[in-house]
Amino acid sequence: MEYILIIIAAVFVSNIVLNQFLGICPFIGVSSKVETAIGMTGAVTFVMVIATLVTYLIYNSVLVPLDIIYMRTITFILVIASLVQLVEIILKKISPPLYQALGIFLPLITTNCAVLGVAVLAVQKDFSLLESTVYAIGNAIGFGLALITFSGIREQLDLLNVPKQMKGVPIAFIVAGLMALAFMGFAGIV
Amino acid sequence: MQSYGPMEYLWKVKKPIDMNQWKNFSKGFIKENAVFALFLGLCPTLGVTTSAVNGLGMGLATTFVLVMSNLVVSLVKNFIPDKVRIPSFIVIIATFVTVVELVMKGYVPALFDALGLFIPLIVVNCLVLGRAEAFASKNTVWSSLVDGAGMGLGFTMALTVLGAVRELLGSGAFFGMKLISGDAMLLFILPPGAFIALGYLIVLANMIKEKTS
Repeated sequence: MEYILIIIAAVFVSNIVLNQFLGICPFIGVSSKVETAIGMTGAVTFVMVIATLVTYLIYNSVLVPLDIIYMRTITFILVIASLVQLVEIILKKISPPLYQALGIFLPLITTNCAVLGVAVLAVQKDFSLLESTVYAIGNAIGFGLALITFSGIREQLDLLNVPKQMKGVPIAFIVAGLMALAFMGFAGIV
Repeated sequence: MQSYGPMEYLWKVKKPIDMNQWKNFSKGFIKENAVFALFLGLCPTLGVTTSAVNGLGMGLATTFVLVMSNLVVSLVKNFIPDKVRIPSFIVIIATFVTVVELVMKGYVPALFDALGLFIPLIVVNCLVLGRAEAFASKNTVWSSLVDGAGMGLGFTMALTVLGAVRELLGSGAFFGMKLISGDAMLLFILPPGAFIALGYLIVLANMIKEKTS
């Protein structure tokens, strides 16, 4: 039950994109087509879960015992950057079709603040290892939900007659605002 | 060949260089503004701008990191092998972010708490890495410094403006001074207001750009 609550809270109540403002760059950048949005979601889910797991272990078994918590930011970003490289190499070897689908999104993920953000939040919240993993999965689902829904809306938006100055990114922001408003309706259910 | 007197010579030579650096500095404000034109660094832009002061603090912290990382990257650009360029830049940036984190925690704890998660997240601000990769790794130390300062202050300006607009509409205050008594539109302090306010500010920036060009 506790784990289900963590997932519901991460997906709906404090959605990582629409409520916490993490991962806005891919949210705006790769949301013009549903297909690319799905690819990006797959890549982010993959990296986010593994990164949270690994950074959790490193934080609690290296940084805390050695009392060098101030090294957190540097350590985490290095772990994520090398993890992305590693995932890229392994995917290329093991599953070329999956690499074909996710490959172009992987390099972008190093600077996706959602991945580092979730890793930092998971250690800040004093979760156990299993709770952190569930938390990462929930956030990845939340990211996917927001990104894929939004890309569906943007595909329709392209067909509409929007004032010239609002075309593209500005109208996308306003639509995202309305989506965030809709997600505020979930506040308080957990 | 035309010959110049000493004063004239200085003027002829100095002026174009200064003009270039001025252009290099000022491009970050409107034409290549990180937020309004390049759409970089949007997470902190939306996340911390519930008040003008928060926006200003976040902007200045990012500017510090940007200037210092541009400086170091342009200093060491010839010693870094091309293949490990990005990880090296990230380590340089992360170092300065840690400096900012510790300094802010020590001297402005209230602001540090208000900005929260977004201070460590300066590391993954696409603006900082973007300038290191696109500018500082190819240009001289001095122009990288100027570029970092210009882009950083442009970013600060964008965050402060967005923060001021949201604060004014959402809590009826300006830099903490209460202007309107009673309730304001709370929506603008909440997450949806961030998206909507930024959307309309980008429209405004587009209109200004169109008028001036």
